[in-house]
Amino acid sequence: MRPTAFLPVLIFLVLAGFFGYRLVMIGNGDSPSAIPSVMIDKPAPQFDLPPLYDGKAGLATAGLQGQVTLVNFFASWCIPCRAEHPLLSGLTGKGFVLVGVNYKDKPEDAKAWLDRLGNPYDVLVADRQGQTGIDFGVYGVPESYLIDKQGRIRFKQTGPFTPETIEKDLLPWVAELNK
Amino acid sequence: MIPEIGHYTLILALFVAIVQATVPLIGAARDDRPWMEVGRTAALAQFLLVAISFGALTWSYVTSDFSVSNVFENSHTDKPMLYKISGVWGNHEGSMLLWVFILAVYGMALASFGRNLPPALRARALAVQAMVSVGFLAFIIFTSDPFTRLDPAPLNGKGLNPLLQDPGLAFHPPFLYLGYVGFSMAFSFAIAALIEGRVDAAWARWVRPWTLVAWCFLTLGIAMGSWWAYYTLGWGGWWYWDPTENASFMPWLAGTALLHSAIVVEKRDTLKAWTILLAIFAFSLSLLGTFIVRSGIVTSVHSFAADPTRGTFILGLLVLVIGGSLMLFAFRAPSLKAGGLFTPLSREGALLLNNVLMSTACGTVLLGTLYPMFADALNLGKVSVGPPFFNAVFVPLMIPMVATMALGPMMSWRRGDLGGALSRLKLAFLMALVAGMASWLLHGGSVKDLEAAGGLALAAWLFVGTLVEWAERIKLFQGPLAESFDRARRLPRAAYGMSITHAALAVVIVGITGSAAWTTEKIQVMHPGETVSLAGYDLTLNGVEDGIKGPNYTASRASFTARKGGAWVADMSPEKRLYTMPPRPTTDAAIHTNFISDLYAVVGDADGKGGYVTRLYHNTLVPWIFIGAVIMVFGGMVSLTDRRHRIGAPSRKRNV
Repeated sequence: MRPTAFLPVLIFLVLAGFFGYRLVMIGNGDSPSAIPSVMIDKPAPQFDLPPLYDGKAGLATAGLQGQVTLVNFFASWCIPCRAEHPLLSGLTGKGFVLVGVNYKDKPEDAKAWLDRLGNPYDVLVADRQGQTGIDFGVYGVPESYLIDKQGRIRFKQTGPFTPETIEKDLLPWVAELNK
Repeated sequence: MIPEIGHYTLILALFVAIVQATVPLIGAARDDRPWMEVGRTAALAQFLLVAISFGALTWSYVTSDFSVSNVFENSHTDKPMLYKISGVWGNHEGSMLLWVFILAVYGMALASFGRNLPPALRARALAVQAMVSVGFLAFIIFTSDPFTRLDPAPLNGKGLNPLLQDPGLAFHPPFLYLGYVGFSMAFSFAIAALIEGRVDAAWARWVRPWTLVAWCFLTLGIAMGSWWAYYTLGWGGWWYWDPTENASFMPWLAGTALLHSAIVVEKRDTLKAWTILLAIFAFSLSLLGTFIVRSGIVTSVHSFAADPTRGTFILGLLVLVIGGSLMLFAFRAPSLKAGGLFTPLSREGALLLNNVLMSTACGTVLLGTLYPMFADALNLGKVSVGPPFFNAVFVPLMIPMVATMALGPMMSWRRGDLGGALSRLKLAFLMALVAGMASWLLHGGSVKDLEAAGGLALAAWLFVGTLVEWAERIKLFQGPLAESFDRARRLPRAAYGMSITHAALAVVIVGITGSAAWTTEKIQVMHPGETVSLAGYDLTLNGVEDGIKGPNYTASRASFTARKGGAWVADMSPEKRLYTMPPRPTTDAAIHTNFISDLYAVVGDADGKGGYVTRLYHNTLVPWIFIGAVIMVFGGMVSLTDRRHRIGAPSRKRNV
């Protein structure tokens, strides 16, 4: 018996170990293609945005203090936002303030869109140039950032929410941050 | 009713496979002929049963029976018939069924054509084949049943992914699987030989044709996939080092190494353990390719829906098949006695070097493909490994390989004369120098043109070197022409196969070099009537016609006219299609080829102001890559027609 003859099988078993570990991770909901956000656990970037509807209140960074906030970037030209919209409507009274940031949109288009579909947002501001979106690190709308009472970003949803992600990710995080 | 028959025969096939996996093995151990013969009968029965099952699923697709869940998920009545049929394997369940069907075809071939094999070896090989069958049949039946019914039956199906609705991709999977699964033959023979504890020249002679068949199919399958990526992804590239592509390339590298090391076993009775290991690797990498694509452990642009449950099942299967066979190898390989000795500077030495380089290249591709997974598991962060890595490590490995490819066939067995071989290759060296210099000077002679010059020099070296070797074999210009002609006629087909395949690789290298060095592209917004100049051509956008109705899509078709120096060259009409079911946009590039370079046009979105985004490419020498690949397959087929390679022709008694 030669020890070197066992080398291939040993290498293969190590490889199989990695595969098994990877599969367990996928089973736990960790997708290999998930993009981690560098903004997690950092304070929300500085911003001061005007309201979408004249006469309503705008929002600045300081306004995030004191309550749990979900900042949702959306646009009337974005089709996934249209799919996400009814889900957001069901989120009132779930223990957080829902802030809508209308991203790179014409105000009249956004207003027509909300008139037609309903306005689920507690606060509605406009980021017409997309500067605040860049500061938050938005890849593409829709994207949502959950911010704790101290104004730090704790969880990010890339792309639209689904009923599953709301149950599995968003609501547990909200409960955690409201403790 | 028909789907139930398919389901039923599939389950029967599992039981037959269990019998085939055990009875012949026991028969071989006891030297009991009737028990061994069960293997042949079972293999034929298994083929019939799986064929009926596959036929039943195909029937469900052809008749659009949407009460079958699989058909509902992947088909639609509007689909052209060709894609209804290719839809059978355009999804996970159906492609697995195709996989076992091809396995059963090879099993049947072994049972019918392997009459000259020693009965014990054939019985054992059939049993090993059946073990693999049992695993995959169980996988289909328990986790991926293609015959599940829906009640009530939907009115229409969801349709096939439009990217797959393409003649190139329709027949890509069958060829790829004929290659992948073909390596199961070499694998089964290797395991049978390990059980017997005997590997000799006759064994190698039996394994080589099967490996060659698999290699030809795999080469063709990879080339088809690459051709498909070239004209449908719309980026002008033909190879992306995507995990799915790598998954098919790794078995090809291992299989190519196996073809060469089996020659050494046949001629010189040595490198036995290594050859057995390569046979195990080639098939293991095929299985790994199946696993990588289906489990979601690495991300890829085109893959099946990731499913960890199926992943777990396949991983279990891999551990049994690969782990088990490597374990057997560890215990039995040291007892395989090596035969002939050789010095490093010999034909064996050159073939061994080819093996080492091929295996290193294969290992590198494996590492690059799986590195994102390792890094993630070890908390080194999320990384993606792309073409820069693969190009940086792969090319340096291929240079010495191609350099020895011209040299190896000139060396004699056991102890070669390197100086003599080199001096006989003077002409090849000269031509390489001329090709390199010419390319370098014609393109301006700057430092960045040196790479391309090197590539062309290498290709010239290989091409001319191969010709010189052939000329020497038939003693061309060394005697009367009639004698050379006579020698050429009597030269074994296998020798022609080698020369053709090696020369074809030179053609491929020219193509790769040209596409890497001299491709030019322009991306811009064009308005109808506008002209863009590219590589000496003037491309005019005549207009874009919207709303063209296809059978299951609507298309925008752009019309370009290509001119060179004012003279008309070609009309080109690329399309952007929006499929109806499922709604997905695809691009259809327009390609005009003169077999040296391609003009390649893609039309993108309208900018809303009457202009369209267009991407225009001049792809130099890309056609040579595909032409070379086809010649390579032709070379393999020529070699297969060699009398000595005829499957089952050799017998142990006469040859040892």
